[in-house]
Amino acid sequence: MAELLEVAEVSIRFGGVRALDTVSLFVAAGEAVGLVGPNGAGKTTLFDCISGRLRPDAGALLFDGRRLDSVPAYRRARMGLARTFQRLEVFPELTVRDHLLVADRAHRGAGALWRDLLNMAAVRPEEAARVEEILVLLGLGELAETPVAALGLGRCRLVELGRALACQPRLLLADEPSSGLDGDEASAVAAALRSVQHRRHTAVLLVEHDLGMVSRVADRVVVLDAGKVIAEGPFDAVVGDPGVRRAYLGVTA
Amino acid sequence: MNTFLGYALPGIPYGCDFALMAVGLVITFRTTGVFNLAFGAQAFAAAFIFDLLVRSQGLPVWAAFVVAVLVVSPALGWSFDRLLFRHIPTASTTAKVVSAVGLLIAIPQTLPVLFGSTPRLDPPSLWLDPSRIVFHLFSTPVNGGELSTTVITVGVVLAVVVFLRRSPVGLEMRAVVESRRLAQLQGIDAARVSAGAWALSSAMAGLAGVLLLPLTAELVPSDPLQFTSLLVAGLTAAAVAGMRSITGALGAAVALGVLESLLRAVLPSGVLAQAVIPAFPFVVLVATLVGSPRLRQLERRADPLVGVDPPPAPPATSVRDRRLEAPMRWGFRLLVVAFVVSGLTWVPGYWVTSLSEGLALSVVFLSITLITGQSGQLSLCQATFAGIGAFGAGQLAAHLGLSVLVGAVVGGLIAAGAGAFLALLAMRISGLLLTLLTLAFALFADQFLFQYTWSGGGLSGVVVPRPVIGPIDFGSDRSFMMLALVVLMLCAGLVLLVQRGTTGRYLAAMRGSETGAASLGINLLRARATVFAMSAGLAGVGGAMFGSLYHSVSAPSFDYVYSLAFVVVVVSTGARRVEGAIQAGMAYALIALALTYAPSRLDGIEPVLFALGAMTYAAHPEGIVEYQKRKWLARVSRLLAAADARRGAPGARPGLVGTSEAAHAGHG
Repeated sequence: MAELLEVAEVSIRFGGVRALDTVSLFVAAGEAVGLVGPNGAGKTTLFDCISGRLRPDAGALLFDGRRLDSVPAYRRARMGLARTFQRLEVFPELTVRDHLLVADRAHRGAGALWRDLLNMAAVRPEEAARVEEILVLLGLGELAETPVAALGLGRCRLVELGRALACQPRLLLADEPSSGLDGDEASAVAAALRSVQHRRHTAVLLVEHDLGMVSRVADRVVVLDAGKVIAEGPFDAVVGDPGVRRAYLGVTA
Repeated sequence: MNTFLGYALPGIPYGCDFALMAVGLVITFRTTGVFNLAFGAQAFAAAFIFDLLVRSQGLPVWAAFVVAVLVVSPALGWSFDRLLFRHIPTASTTAKVVSAVGLLIAIPQTLPVLFGSTPRLDPPSLWLDPSRIVFHLFSTPVNGGELSTTVITVGVVLAVVVFLRRSPVGLEMRAVVESRRLAQLQGIDAARVSAGAWALSSAMAGLAGVLLLPLTAELVPSDPLQFTSLLVAGLTAAAVAGMRSITGALGAAVALGVLESLLRAVLPSGVLAQAVIPAFPFVVLVATLVGSPRLRQLERRADPLVGVDPPPAPPATSVRDRRLEAPMRWGFRLLVVAFVVSGLTWVPGYWVTSLSEGLALSVVFLSITLITGQSGQLSLCQATFAGIGAFGAGQLAAHLGLSVLVGAVVGGLIAAGAGAFLALLAMRISGLLLTLLTLAFALFADQFLFQYTWSGGGLSGVVVPRPVIGPIDFGSDRSFMMLALVVLMLCAGLVLLVQRGTTGRYLAAMRGSETGAASLGINLLRARATVFAMSAGLAGVGGAMFGSLYHSVSAPSFDYVYSLAFVVVVVSTGARRVEGAIQAGMAYALIALALTYAPSRLDGIEPVLFALGAMTYAAHPEGIVEYQKRKWLARVSRLLAAADARRGAPGARPGLVGTSEAAHAGHG
């Protein structure tokens, strides 16, 4: 499999803290990788570096063979990198449907002002169909016209996931998509992730504390602790590793 | 060396005046988390009361000082907290700035309503006689005013620093701003600490007002303490200090004062000096706002327990029965027809002028609908853009003989260019810093850009003729009013198209979360440049119509205070929707018209009304008037539904439409 994302010896520090210390990992096209580690390990920081919110101090990021260093965040999204956020970044006053529609148009760079001014910005049938497909996939159909401010945390996570999927990504960065969700909702998220991975061949990099979900979704697991990769491999092997158990699960082997 | 010091020395008391403002802004920000633009207004209030007590009531200076600075000012600050800021702890920095702008407008206008408005000449000074030379230093005379300002400022600032660093209360204040929740978990009564912080910073403001009093020739509410230049310098020093360091703010302010007086001495008098000296603080301010990484961190800092706070209340959803839509649409059409017919027939002449002003201002207000309502950016320079449009149209008519309507469009384009430039300049900043940059631009235009004959036309202003299209001359007020109505309709249509289209949705997304919007592939820089340019262009066209209505305009018509007032007016009626802007424009003009029938002491009451409305912005971002309207519509819809249910009609919840802002913008 060709490598879609390659993180090569990326480091970043905040003041005296080394948040990421020469982190290297890769995600192949269509592959699902779990990224686990204790709080403060640097998982979200790594996501921020990949998606362009933060600029690493050292190291290289390659997406589809292209250096990402000087590519701004919105361009990375258009290249096929979509993400969700651990701390919600939804648009409270937009409806669920508008979230998906905005994403569908934005990732294509469709949004010329002159079209608006000529009243040519109505929703096209093919756009409506793509949005509908995601609404159904995530079970958000009934809430399509509800402003997101009126939804609970769990539903907001689904909206963020749907919004990311509406960008038709080649790599989806999912940051703790199940935190704050009840069991049913978490299963729906896991099913959705598996489904897009299989049907659309979307690669997934999943940060998640719920190891059950990681085992169901991820083909491979990378463990991060204090800014360093401490283990990598198939789920069972990594979770069985005594070093990982010490760092993450707090269990002395 | 002695000559150098002789030049530098007068800058020190001058810088201390700036320091009072700068330190006040920093202290309020650090202890309450609010960037308090109303600081100057509070200073004005204290100075006003101090002056009143000494002059009218014959109180000794020390007693007046105690009442004004140690009793009234803290009480005022405490009441701000109690009545306003306590209720919006989780509101965004921008929303809090809007509330502060409301206060800034309301306070100076309330005082003359309460105490009468005769300007007071030659106000009393606090300590030493300002005109008496106390001693000579390096052969430079030092007068009592300079000495007392310097000594008191430095003393007070040091006392505050020691208080905040050493006393447990100071530590609690800093903790509450850092994380209200964590502080509460430590057993700190955050509400009481906040109230105390407000009282402290307001006492600072009061002290500043009383100290600065001898500098001012008169006290006029429209320009509290003539504090435009103070505000610029104070903002600059506060920004240089990263909004955090109090001693840094003092140092920066004094350095600024000294540098200015050195420049004054070194530069040959003439054009160069006239251009460089007023521009100097702006250059420092803009460079700091745009370039300082420390200021940018300010925006990123977040309460670690922010997730614990309940999310801000969502705006009232517009739930309405479908059966209400047709009557509302017809009601609106009837209103327009009635307006046109009345305007052409029975309405008295000076009402026509007021109504036309309302229409022209509505166009300017639409620019706020777009930039603040739709994209969530708070711009404090919309009156400046209006001025660019008006002066552009007038100058083009005078020099190139362009028709005013073409001139208005070109003027709008020039304003749009200025807007886009501002957005590009602000490439790496957002939120509060962007707002301050727009404020800096407005102040820059007041003091600099509009002061030339080629721009603002100097004291006599710029003539903006009435347009003539073929055989139709819009010289008569009634025909001009119809033209203004048509222009407003066109502009409103334009805004509606943008709101309904992709751009409007992108802007609404940006308003919700810039990070989220960028993660989808929305180019924030482009979106922001687009909205700034469109909004500035609209304001420019509105400004040109305003100028044409009154035949001529001059720089004071577009003072930065108007930019603030406009935001306050629109935000209180409803910034989200086109009809909000039109309601705002008409209300602004008509209330002013109604007040011409009221006693003159009430003149200032209009801005106060709107300012009170704007203070609710954080709680009701859709506007207090719009909020009431939606509540009322929802109630009628419920009554209709209940009636249906009683009659046993099929589908007990018929056709309720609940929509988001973006999708909804099309209606009405």
